Amino acid sequence: MLYQSILIKYAEIGTKGKNRFLFEDALIKQICHALRQVDGKFDVSKEHGRIYVQALGEYDYEDTIEALKKVFGIAWICPMFQVEEKEFEGLTREVLSYLEQVYPDRHMTFKVDSRRADKNYPRTSEEINRDLGEAILEAFPEMKVDVHHPDMVLRVEVRALVNIYSEMIPGPGGMPVGTNGKAMLLLSGGIDSPVAGYMVAKRGVKLEAVYFHAPPYTSERAKQKVVDLAGIVSRYSGPIDLHVVNFTDIQLYIYEKCPHEELTIIMRRYMMRIAERIGRESGCLALVTGESIGQVASQTVQSLAATNDVCTMPVFRPVIAFDKQEIVDISEKIDTYETSIQPYEDCCTIFVAKHPVTKPNVNIIRRSEENLAEKIDGMVEAAVTGREIIHCG
Amino acid sequence: MEAYFDNSATTRVFDSVRDAVVKTMTEDYGNPSAKHTKGVQAERYIREARTVIAKSLKVQEKEILFTSGGSESNNMALIGTALANRRAGNHIISSNIEHPSVYNPLGFLEEQGFQVTYLPVDKRGHISLDNLRQALRPETILVSVMYVNNEVGTVEPVEEISRLVKERNPGALFHVDAIQAYGKYDIRPRRQGIDLLSVSAHKLHGPKGVGFLYIDEKVKIKPLIYGGGQQRGLRSGTENVPGIAGMGAAVKEMFTDHGRKLDYLYELKEYASGKLSRLEGVTLNNPPGREGAPQIISASFEGVKSEVLLHALEERGIYVSSGSACSSNHPGISGTLKGVGVRNDLLDSTLRFSFGLFNTKEEIDYAAGVLEELLPALRRFRRK
Repeated sequence: MLYQSILIKYAEIGTKGKNRFLFEDALIKQICHALRQVDGKFDVSKEHGRIYVQALGEYDYEDTIEALKKVFGIAWICPMFQVEEKEFEGLTREVLSYLEQVYPDRHMTFKVDSRRADKNYPRTSEEINRDLGEAILEAFPEMKVDVHHPDMVLRVEVRALVNIYSEMIPGPGGMPVGTNGKAMLLLSGGIDSPVAGYMVAKRGVKLEAVYFHAPPYTSERAKQKVVDLAGIVSRYSGPIDLHVVNFTDIQLYIYEKCPHEELTIIMRRYMMRIAERIGRESGCLALVTGESIGQVASQTVQSLAATNDVCTMPVFRPVIAFDKQEIVDISEKIDTYETSIQPYEDCCTIFVAKHPVTKPNVNIIRRSEENLAEKIDGMVEAAVTGREIIHCG
Repeated sequence: MEAYFDNSATTRVFDSVRDAVVKTMTEDYGNPSAKHTKGVQAERYIREARTVIAKSLKVQEKEILFTSGGSESNNMALIGTALANRRAGNHIISSNIEHPSVYNPLGFLEEQGFQVTYLPVDKRGHISLDNLRQALRPETILVSVMYVNNEVGTVEPVEEISRLVKERNPGALFHVDAIQAYGKYDIRPRRQGIDLLSVSAHKLHGPKGVGFLYIDEKVKIKPLIYGGGQQRGLRSGTENVPGIAGMGAAVKEMFTDHGRKLDYLYELKEYASGKLSRLEGVTLNNPPGREGAPQIISASFEGVKSEVLLHALEERGIYVSSGSACSSNHPGISGTLKGVGVRNDLLDSTLRFSFGLFNTKEEIDYAAGVLEELLPALRRFRRK
């Protein structure tokens, strides 16, 4: 393998002032977690404000890059060719050999961008740029210099070793998970909620998730699908604790006691309440949903307001203003789409009114909920304490 | 208590089957084509299975082709004969209540330029002989019909169909999908005029992933799988010795004391029919008693979605299958149920109970008790 070391460049962390080390340490932790899935042993270290991934022996290069591309906080992934040879003639030979291996077709413009951390090195970085450039032009006449818009920037860093790199693979950006608290994701088997979880995790938020299971109206397969989705999201977000709450009794009780066309709104209000309760117990500071304005009757602005009415935590709705297709595009990119569209539909459709309210009035909904007073607290309590927790990822 | 009533989907294997599979995996694991003793030992299992199966149908051993199961047998029967008899004609007849492993190969053949006529069925699920008579043409090369319908247990008049086909067009081949029938009926291909017969082992307490196709020796057929030339070149690939040995053991056990086993299944069917029809709002769609297959009951439960009931039963350890999906936008409402005249509002409220030799009357009692308790509770909650 040409590359034994990978330089990780990060984006916004660099600007975080005195907290910077916290962000860097979180990033290292996430990188280590991601690399645990890859064949090979790695040393991940922080040095002079940069993070290096050093492969210890044989490793799977493609899988390593794929894993790193999922770690939030990484802006660029730069696989480096490292040489011990510092003496200029020898170094030049190494650089030429690097170019030969990495670029079979060298019809391109380039520039050399060198640095020397080792200030005793006999040439200044200006001189290295110039002399290496000349050597390259001589060896490969098909290459041309362009200092303003080169096709390729060849970076040469003289440190304890010499790092040579020119490939820069874009990372996902964002912030390292764990640097921005924790939130509770309401995860259904659909397309939107995994995308919402992904987006919030991208801003450094650690996730837990809650799924409302309603046997026999939803099947074991529908639940398995949600477990699978949590597993896919966890490739980006790190491990997710999925709380599976049995919602059947609550659903049936609402069905019996409340106006039918308000059923979905009232159900969603109880889902929010339960999510918040479990979230508070596990240290979450916000809720995350995949709601998007106007997508279904329960997601009109009036319905969202009626649902939001019961929440005391902030509710993050990252796809709120996205069109369906935009959400689908992200779900395809993060690989949740195929799983989301598996047709294990739940049979809750039998509870859905043919004409549900689309402009619910909060006061009326609150009044309808008074019909539940007798038993609902006990039912919520039972649902929360009886939940199953599945560790995903 | 656990009550597994989904034996038309698959069955638990007989203990003798398990033993045969384990033995051929751990002791007699040779390649049947190998020249050494280990190979000869393995080959012996295949010969024995072949003998047992041929005897069960009263056909020649060389007329049995081992396959990976019912789907491959159906594919081989349809595609293999259509391609081999192309010059004789390009017309095929089947019915519209066939299994997808018949439908979809026929769809493939249509793409290859064959014409396929799909015959409708009457209220009892039978194809009409008049329709068949009209559909037969000089260029008809193949007629394919299922022996027992997998959803309601209707038994097709195989002999009459065959007689009609041969009378009209002696060159046409007659294929029977007997996946739900073999092991239940005494099938005699020679006497019944069946040229090809598909069977799967796991419907009769044998292992999954193995089955066979009976091919009358005079049938012209092409292989689907090419390779090392095993099974006289008709189906290459090292034989699935554990599967075949297991299937042999299943067939042997099934046809030992066969009459009594069959009586037992009919007894279970009668018993369960009685229990089910005493429940409120339940209609049975299967042909009663010996008019229909011994193992299949199709029951519609008014006011209950089949999938909800299925999951509610599953919570109590009772396993059945639903003919169709629960959601309204699902196009897969069963053609068979419609065909046999199940009321529209019951199509999505229908479950199949299918019995096997491991089932007991106690299990049926248990299930009936659970249903009696569940049905009123589930009926309270329906779409308003």
